[in-house]
Amino acid sequence: MKTQTVSFTLNGESVTATVPQSWNLLRTLRDHFELTGAKEGCGEGECGACTVVVDGDAVNSCLYPVMEAEGKTIVTIEGLEKTDGGLHPIQDAFLNNNGVQCGYCTSGMIMSAKALLDKNPAPSEDDIRTSISGNICRCTGYVQIVESIDNASKMMK
Amino acid sequence: MIDYEYKKPESLDEVFALLKNCGSQAKLIAGGTDVLIDIKHRKIEPEVLISLRGLNDLQYIRKEDDYHIGAMTTHAMLEHSELVEKELTALQQGAAQVGCVQLRNVATIGGNVCNAAPSADSAAPLLALGARVVLQGPNDRREVEMADFFTGPSATTKKDDEVLVELIIPGDMEKYGSSYCKHSRRKALNLPIIGVAGAIKLNSDNTISDVKIGLTVVAPTPIRALPAEEFLVGKAFTDDVLTEAGKRAAEPDCCMPRDSLRCEGWYREEMVRVLIPRVLKQAAGNL
Ligand SMILES: Cc1cc2nc3c(=O)[nH]c(=O)nc-3n(C[C@H](O)[C@H](O)[C@H](O)COP(=O)(O)OP(=O)(O)OC[C@H]3O[C@@H](n4cnc5c(N)ncnc54)[C@H](O)[C@@H]3O)c2cc1C
Ligand code: FES
Ligand code: FES
Repeated sequence: MKTQTVSFTLNGESVTATVPQSWNLLRTLRDHFELTGAKEGCGEGECGACTVVVDGDAVNSCLYPVMEAEGKTIVTIEGLEKTDGGLHPIQDAFLNNNGVQCGYCTSGMIMSAKALLDKNPAPSEDDIRTSISGNICRCTGYVQIVESIDNASKMMK
Repeated sequence: MIDYEYKKPESLDEVFALLKNCGSQAKLIAGGTDVLIDIKHRKIEPEVLISLRGLNDLQYIRKEDDYHIGAMTTHAMLEHSELVEKELTALQQGAAQVGCVQLRNVATIGGNVCNAAPSADSAAPLLALGARVVLQGPNDRREVEMADFFTGPSATTKKDDEVLVELIIPGDMEKYGSSYCKHSRRKALNLPIIGVAGAIKLNSDNTISDVKIGLTVVAPTPIRALPAEEFLVGKAFTDDVLTEAGKRAAEPDCCMPRDSLRCEGWYREEMVRVLIPRVLKQAAGNL
């Protein structure tokens, strides 16, 4: 198995990893960096549980070849924590608005919301629904999730 | 165990050299949203993936005499382009409905076209907008009409050593209004039951000067609805005329929809009849 070293910025820190060339970013995050916030639901772009933010855009890390991460800036749910250990406003909003049930989809939902709010601080409900249209919540708490993101956008003003 | 080498060349010449060296063991990868799924399902087992993502100069949307769209342009770039929304509306609508945000951020128009799915969301818009694909080989460059590019499900006239570098849409299309309808059950993460795109140009007396209609999932490849187009040109832009065009497009000399998991053939045929008039009215509204 041919390995290669890739370097990128992960949650604010410069990192390198020597991994098989055929690995995807999700596997690298989970198995190499032991960041298990991003989840594998389907492994084929259908569920969004693996969503992370690459250079400002939400992507499915299960379909992102790790070799494409070279030089990129990547943020995962673990990178949202504030320096004082407190939660990010989007995380707070999910907790306060019952946006979390079993929690499996939550990190993906929050990363999709983060990519949205970084680009569009005052999204409409339609914008919010579009932003999470690639994220499936098997517990189906969509209304609370949309409310959580709306609430986060207001708290972050 | 899935295993392959991953190459990321920085120029087309390097791509051609790699393709030559690796031969049939190699597979090109753009956004990877089709290729990686095919690998996962063992439909293909390449030993080398050759990434086109190092070719930053294949990512652009430009209007010169014609419209030029680089093959590596993502659906998200098309979705958010004001130029595309205003002047190539059907294509913006197609791009904006591919999969979901995460996919549109990486999936490319070149990949969508080369993958040649009968349901590809950029195909009907590109057909209606009269697009040509530009194929670059190690020694030559050629242009192929979109309508001639698709030869079957997942099959195109592209040769193994060619790279799709660009799509060209005639500059004349700025005089047309266009629209795309993706008829599907859900708004996201769903392929169309059928897709209909239309581009139309009207004369000052409200007769139809020219019209192009692209259809998907009604034949083994995306197609132009030529019988309907021929019928429409020169006619008055009225409900009766549009209804007749829908009927003609649904005839077997144009469409051959089949039964599939997503729906049965008779329903697709019915929807061709219903959606062609609707899409052409929306297209005219975008003039
Ligand atoms: C969950 C999910 C949902 C989806 N939903 C939709 C949808 O709603 N509508 C839709 O149309 N599609 C959909 N797709 C399919 C896919 O996302 C699109 O077809 C996409 O545009 C493919 O582009 P890509 O850049 O990812 O292509 P890749 O997967 O990288 O490549 C696709 C094919 O084209 C070849 N190729 C790519 N670029 C070039 C080039 N420049 N020159 C020569 N060959 C090339 C590759 O070798 C490969 O055979 C979906 C896919 C997934 C996984
Ligand atoms: S695990 Fe990546 S989209 Fe489901
Ligand atoms: S909270 Fe259970 S999957 Fe969304």
